Amino acid sequence: MAALVYTLTALLGAAAAATGVAGMLGASWAVDVDWLVPLGGLALEMDALAGLFVALVGATAVPASLYAIGYTGRERRGCLAYLVFVAAMLAVPLAANVMTFALAWELMSLASYVLVLDGARAGREPAASAHAGWVYAVMTHAGLACLLAGMLLLTAWTGSARFADWTAAAPALGAGARSLAWALLALGFGAKAGGVPLHVWLPLAHPAAPSHVSALMSGVMIKLGVYGLLRASFVWLAPALPWWGATLLLVGAISAVAGVLYAIVDRDLKRLLAFSSIENVGIVLVGTGAALTFAATSMAGLALLALAAALYHVVNHAAFKSLLFMAAGGVLHGTGTRDMEALGGLIKRQPWTAACFLVGAVAIAGLPPLNGFVSEWLMFQALLQNVLLPQPSLNLVFALAIAGLALAAGLAVACFVKAFGITFLALPRSDAAAAAHEAPVTMRVAMVATAVACAALALGASSIVPALAVVAATLVPAPPPVTLGAWLTLEVSGEFASLSMPAVALALAGGILLPVLLLAVARVRPRPRRYETWACGRVLQTARMEYTATAFADPFTRVFDFFYRPVKRLDIDRHPESRFFVRRIRYENPTRFIVDEWLYRPVGRLLRAAARRVAVVQSGSPNLYLAYVLAALLLLLLVA
Amino acid sequence: MDALTLSVLQALVVGLGAPLLVGTLRTLKARLVGRRGPSPWQPFLDLRKLLGKTPVVSETTSWIFRATPYVLVGAMLVAALAAPVLTSRPPLAFAGIILLMSLFLLGTFFLALAGLDAGSAFGGMGSSREVAVAALAEPTVILAVFALALRANTTNLGGIVERVSAEPLLAVNPAHLLAFAAFFIVMLAETGRLPVDNPATHLELTMIHEAMVLEYSGRHLALVEWASAMKLLLFLTLLANLFFPWGVPADVEPPAMLLGLLALAGKLVLLAVALAALETAIAKLRLFRVPELLSGSFALAVLSVSAVFLLR
Repeated sequence: MAALVYTLTALLGAAAAATGVAGMLGASWAVDVDWLVPLGGLALEMDALAGLFVALVGATAVPASLYAIGYTGRERRGCLAYLVFVAAMLAVPLAANVMTFALAWELMSLASYVLVLDGARAGREPAASAHAGWVYAVMTHAGLACLLAGMLLLTAWTGSARFADWTAAAPALGAGARSLAWALLALGFGAKAGGVPLHVWLPLAHPAAPSHVSALMSGVMIKLGVYGLLRASFVWLAPALPWWGATLLLVGAISAVAGVLYAIVDRDLKRLLAFSSIENVGIVLVGTGAALTFAATSMAGLALLALAAALYHVVNHAAFKSLLFMAAGGVLHGTGTRDMEALGGLIKRQPWTAACFLVGAVAIAGLPPLNGFVSEWLMFQALLQNVLLPQPSLNLVFALAIAGLALAAGLAVACFVKAFGITFLALPRSDAAAAAHEAPVTMRVAMVATAVACAALALGASSIVPALAVVAATLVPAPPPVTLGAWLTLEVSGEFASLSMPAVALALAGGILLPVLLLAVARVRPRPRRYETWACGRVLQTARMEYTATAFADPFTRVFDFFYRPVKRLDIDRHPESRFFVRRIRYENPTRFIVDEWLYRPVGRLLRAAARRVAVVQSGSPNLYLAYVLAALLLLLLVA
Repeated sequence: MDALTLSVLQALVVGLGAPLLVGTLRTLKARLVGRRGPSPWQPFLDLRKLLGKTPVVSETTSWIFRATPYVLVGAMLVAALAAPVLTSRPPLAFAGIILLMSLFLLGTFFLALAGLDAGSAFGGMGSSREVAVAALAEPTVILAVFALALRANTTNLGGIVERVSAEPLLAVNPAHLLAFAAFFIVMLAETGRLPVDNPATHLELTMIHEAMVLEYSGRHLALVEWASAMKLLLFLTLLANLFFPWGVPADVEPPAMLLGLLALAGKLVLLAVALAALETAIAKLRLFRVPELLSGSFALAVLSVSAVFLLR
């Protein structure tokens, strides 16, 4: 039964991917069913941008659904919510009026909320998981409130709930009105995308969900927030104002650095991946912000380049993040834990999962020859050309964004050395890890297919980037910023920069084979001897002598202690007879989240205090309530 | 000259020049402290000795440990083809600093994994420190070279070399100086020199690179050592050819390239003398003071990029 639903979802995803690609290539269509939904009816419309995101959701849902068959086993709970979740995500980019959009958006949020709670129920820490579900619900609905406020304002101002009418009417609105609407919509979509400081739900909800759902939530659901931002900024409210883009640039740079900094110190494998999603959304937001700024200063060519880079990173992140979440799910499935301090040595028990995680790690760390490298490269080329902008204040914002992106790229490498190295290498740190089993065949097929996609997205850059530029050109019309040279070289803005991924991949393959060949020709082949780890002559090796995840991250906790604000708790239990005999040492070094402490705690306190004030009205006495009704009636009569 | 011949030539120059550079540095340092020191050719003998020995591989390790030396050498060889070494039109002529740094990081990534793979605390400590240094150093190099790229209006490394050597006035600029300072500091960190790491030490607790490769032996160690020598050579070449681009031919014909090789050798010897003098004069920093040095150089690099925008 569950397998049937998952197969159905996979087929739905495949069909959607095909429809979406057709939409990207120009097959636009519209469906209107007026009677189905109140307030404007159901209205769907396919265009190039919608097509890209429909294709992305569909294409990611196929391996995720296949994976789910093996991952959930006989567990039937959650499969219908999963189907609804995927269908709602497919409907969001197609929505053409407020009602359809709100329904699809809310359905997507509710279905994922159910899935988070469901994953939480199966998890080990019910209290923490319930908290995750609660925070997710609050943040999602606060975001929805902002979205609806913005959309209803626009509906009131333009007199129509159809998105197409907004595009026509927006230029006539004042700059202040458009900015207000943009700010509200950006808050709503930014909360879904997970930009700092609206990211707090993401590291709680994504790890709690079952892994195939985490893959979709991190891989594509947060991208629908990016979709909304693109749609609102470039279509509904165009022409853009420069401060919109500058805001996104700064938020993106902060998200990128903060996300990866939190990821480095986390010891929960799936939460580490969730924090890294914040980093990658930050990178996408930087690209979006750059595109908006360029568009607002009438440099359409550069806007198109930045937008194509952002879309490319959206696609790439969907591939490698869903791959990483599926592989992390393989670890969870095989060992029953996500705590990296209890893992280790899994590469021997789970060779396939390990190899797939390694591919994802190299890709997300932005290393050649995989796809993360290419989109980050393209992003830098777009950002650097801000030197053509005449305003020094905008140049400085760009300089900060470039610095943030470069720093995040370096830190991401460290983060994924830790994620892969501690989880998969050396000796197992617990019995569960020592007894791990490899993932079932459907999970392996899904992971290998996604890993292949990561390589294909890099090697095929010369056909993918122009295709994405065509989609981007529907938002900012401009001639293609990227031309193709010999060896499938991508040439950006004439002679500014170029890159040929096939040449790099070929050179890398040759470079790795060369020492093998040289050693063979020179007949250097004494057989390696297997022996214990040397470690300067230590006699015994146990897993307790390995470096731990916390220890690995220690240099970063020290360097960035102004950011982590770690609390150190050292608790030594000494023998009563002599203080030289220690019975037990307990050391904790948890980081504090400054956004939580400085922003959400005070706001939460304020809300609670306000609620207590208002609660006075609620006495529980029916007579008093009747009096309220009477008073309200009288007041209304007076006003009317 | 066709691309393949040029590739072979440039790989040969980097591959054979790297051990010689390391040997020269050691000889120079020995002379500066009043020792005779080994001959500059000593690293070649060391490599040959290592190649003849049986490698011992820990039972704890996986295929990552055995594959890493090859990936490392592969990444450095591709970097050798991407950098403007003999000419400003290297075989991978499209390469910019992002590709080059990402190739170095690819090597660091696998080497750090190999450090963790044997399961000893030393390896983990080395890996953790190495990635911490690399994570701060990589953005600095990228930003420093961006400052040059923006002045030259191309991110292509060869393009920068050609533009700056054609218009020397481009190099007389605060952005250029700041970028040079940032690049130089990071070069010391990335190639494991003093004051960040001591290439001569074998004291486990103070070292970074040596701790990470502690478990390597035989031909694996030879490959790792060769790769780190190539990294040093490439970093010094970048420093020499990007900031002092004179004498780098745009031609790929033998006579011009011979001149280019001589000019490069001269610049490298000068840099090696400077490096040896520096390493003799200063002591190693405490490990947790290193990030201060690196964040200082990162700030310099950000300033240099901002200076390009503000001083137009």
